[in-house]
Amino acid sequence: MSIIERSPPIQPVQPPRARRHYLNSGYSVASWLLTVDHKRIALLYLVSITFFFVIGGIAATVVRLDLMTPQGDLVRTETYNKLFTAHGVIMVFFFLIPSIPAVLGNFLVPLMIGARDLAFPRLNLLSWYIYMLGGAFTLYALLAGGVDTGWTFYAPYSSTYSNTYVMATAVGIFITGFSSILTGLNFVVSIHKMRAPGLTWFRLPLFIWSIYATSIIMVLGTPVLAISILLVAMERLFGFGIFDPRLGGDPILFQHLFWFYSHPAVYIMILPSMGVVSEIIPCFCRRRPFGYAFIGFSSVAIAVFGFLVWGHHLFVSGQSVYAGLVFSMLSYLVAIPSAIKVFNWTASMHKGSISFETPMLYALGFIGLFTMGGLTGLFVAALAVDVHVHDTYFVVAHFHYIMVGGAVMGYLGGIHFWWPKMTGRMYPENWARLSAILIFFGFNLTFFPQYILGYLGMPRRYHVYPPEFQVLNVMSSAGASILAVGYFFPLTYLLWSLWYGKPTTSNPWNATGLEWQTPSPPPTENFTETPIVVDEAYDYERFDQQVGTGGAR
Amino acid sequence: MPEQASTLAPHVDRLYLSLIGMSLFFTLLITGFILYFAIKYRRGNLGVDRSSRTHRGVSMEVSVMAVLFTLSMGIFAWGATLYLSSSRIPSDGMDVRVVAKQWMWKFQHSNGRREINELHVPLGQPVKLTMISEDVIHSLYVPAFRIKRDVLPGSYASCWFEATRTGEFHLFCAEYCGTNHSRMVGRIVVMEPAEYGDWLGGTSPTESPAVAGERVFENLRCHTCHRSNGVATRGPPLAGLFGHEVKLADGRTIVADDTYLRESILRPSSKVVAGYQPIMPTFDGQVDEEQLIQLIAYIKSLAQP
Repeated sequence: MSIIERSPPIQPVQPPRARRHYLNSGYSVASWLLTVDHKRIALLYLVSITFFFVIGGIAATVVRLDLMTPQGDLVRTETYNKLFTAHGVIMVFFFLIPSIPAVLGNFLVPLMIGARDLAFPRLNLLSWYIYMLGGAFTLYALLAGGVDTGWTFYAPYSSTYSNTYVMATAVGIFITGFSSILTGLNFVVSIHKMRAPGLTWFRLPLFIWSIYATSIIMVLGTPVLAISILLVAMERLFGFGIFDPRLGGDPILFQHLFWFYSHPAVYIMILPSMGVVSEIIPCFCRRRPFGYAFIGFSSVAIAVFGFLVWGHHLFVSGQSVYAGLVFSMLSYLVAIPSAIKVFNWTASMHKGSISFETPMLYALGFIGLFTMGGLTGLFVAALAVDVHVHDTYFVVAHFHYIMVGGAVMGYLGGIHFWWPKMTGRMYPENWARLSAILIFFGFNLTFFPQYILGYLGMPRRYHVYPPEFQVLNVMSSAGASILAVGYFFPLTYLLWSLWYGKPTTSNPWNATGLEWQTPSPPPTENFTETPIVVDEAYDYERFDQQVGTGGAR
Repeated sequence: MPEQASTLAPHVDRLYLSLIGMSLFFTLLITGFILYFAIKYRRGNLGVDRSSRTHRGVSMEVSVMAVLFTLSMGIFAWGATLYLSSSRIPSDGMDVRVVAKQWMWKFQHSNGRREINELHVPLGQPVKLTMISEDVIHSLYVPAFRIKRDVLPGSYASCWFEATRTGEFHLFCAEYCGTNHSRMVGRIVVMEPAEYGDWLGGTSPTESPAVAGERVFENLRCHTCHRSNGVATRGPPLAGLFGHEVKLADGRTIVADDTYLRESILRPSSKVVAGYQPIMPTFDGQVDEEQLIQLIAYIKSLAQP
């Protein structure tokens, strides 16, 4: 692209290069691979997660290209099944679940609570290695021939019938689960024990509240996933009759176990994003968030209710009618804390002084897409409607609105918000705004038609489909290509900014929060002196009076 | 909106449309507020009052929650009532037996006529499907009827519909079941009752499942223990059994339905009838799903004098 300015990088106006920070305190490979600095580990995660995102994205692109014609003539049927499985497995377990907690959480939790590091720095490094080991198994399964069970691994197909690399993939996910448990454990202990003096629970940033709730889910939920995978493995290897009725097992049992983890896992993906948005909105509105305590407690409420609703994935499976009723009602209860958040973010804009830098655009995009995803959640929780839309593209659209529209918008918003803190450089603002807008429109063009497709009756995971569904599928595929371009931009200009980005100050957005009180990039020990907190979070009104700013930059 | 071709479809669509209306309302409300605030309170707009802003508003939060709670419980109740009423299977319907396998749907009508990936049904009469899978989980889905039900291996699932329009409608497998999942499709043909009658009897005479079941029953020599004349011998009598309560040796009482009979044929010692010894051998591996269906149809026929 020729638009990018080619002028030679101006020597930084920044303090002379004498200042040591976490990025220049050692350049050797070992200084990265053996680091126990939470900020370096966050960057290790950033690089590896981006790698998996690209692989998962390529699989999605091929799937969408293939669906442009109803005959499915781009790839073979086996390949198609392996592609959507790879897309799901990689995006869920290796991108969405670790994305915000492992990258932004690792980077920010100690900084935000005024600590020098997490409670267990070595455990933190270990969790990255475990993640990579799990990823290696899954990549091996892909290269060796792939797996075709779908990311849900429903038994008895996965345990008895599939002839693909189920075991290698399952081992990969099993191992990665431990990384999730360790990260969650580390956060819980750090947030309890390592807060700076004066940082009471109700002075905590809302991002910390959401990470705390997320960590609880990771610690309590992930072992159940591990158990279900272990049981599938035992059935495959030794013929234990747990899920296959021919051996005396129960296939519904697998679904209960699987969703007992995988439904809360959706909240592992979305809660941290909500935390990010709760940071961005006050900053770019220059006002305290409306209903701080309600936003904080709603995170906890979502985490708790999130464990009680797994059965709404089983409305047509053969679970009893009465179980269906209970799970449906509980699902509606989760909607309330989620809606409370949307209400509070919107109300936070009232009488604000709003500016629209890239992170704010992502935050607003998040609210829009999350609202759409959340409202369609009411459709799938309504029993009689779910019977019709279950396992159709309606559900595909619904969870992409939540998991991609919600989680990824929050993730990208957070990356842009804290990028100057992480790297000490600014990204090119106009490119960033353009890509945020592209992603928003690309996303809607991709997934909105899928709601209609689903209600018209197109089942999910179909390689070949009736020709009357083609127009909507072509629209969706066109949107996907815009989305792909939108995702490609940040990948490029963020890398570019590492070398050519404008050097930035410690607090480019004039934000409150301890992480902005230390230089950018932060020194290895985070703070030269332990900060003492005397005030609530987000007192932007007073901040602006004292500093005399009208807002960011 | 897809075609409505069953008695259930208009009800589901009414709830669906109400949900769309409600979603539209909330989406527009939130978007409206965001746009209004974004324009009015944008940083460059200097002549706007930003003073005395609240940031707690407990009473407002509580009232918002109360409204949300009432609304969501209302939708829950609506969806639940509809679901409950649609899961009650009418007793006067015609029976169709369904066996799903990778990757086809096999149907059998009560007079014995078989079809693959196609099901002919009459207009305006409830049709009850009793379904089982020979391998993995499948799911029978007819969008025009708004019905879907997972078909499990190892136990019978059932669902029903009453068609309200003649024509051909998509039949899909909705639960991912392996390589040719997307080719496990077919059609439901709804015909005028008279036309259906002609179609059903129109081809070469077929054997009803009950008759076929009697032959299986004799071939497997079941009658040596289970006399059909109602006289108790080594095994409990089968006449008048289906649909009635059975007292088990462990004190429980169970209704003798398809699932119970199937289990008793495959795993006879798991639920032994009170007063009998667990001496029956298993027939697991000797009968396939279709023969099981025939055996049960035969036992069922003994129940009606």
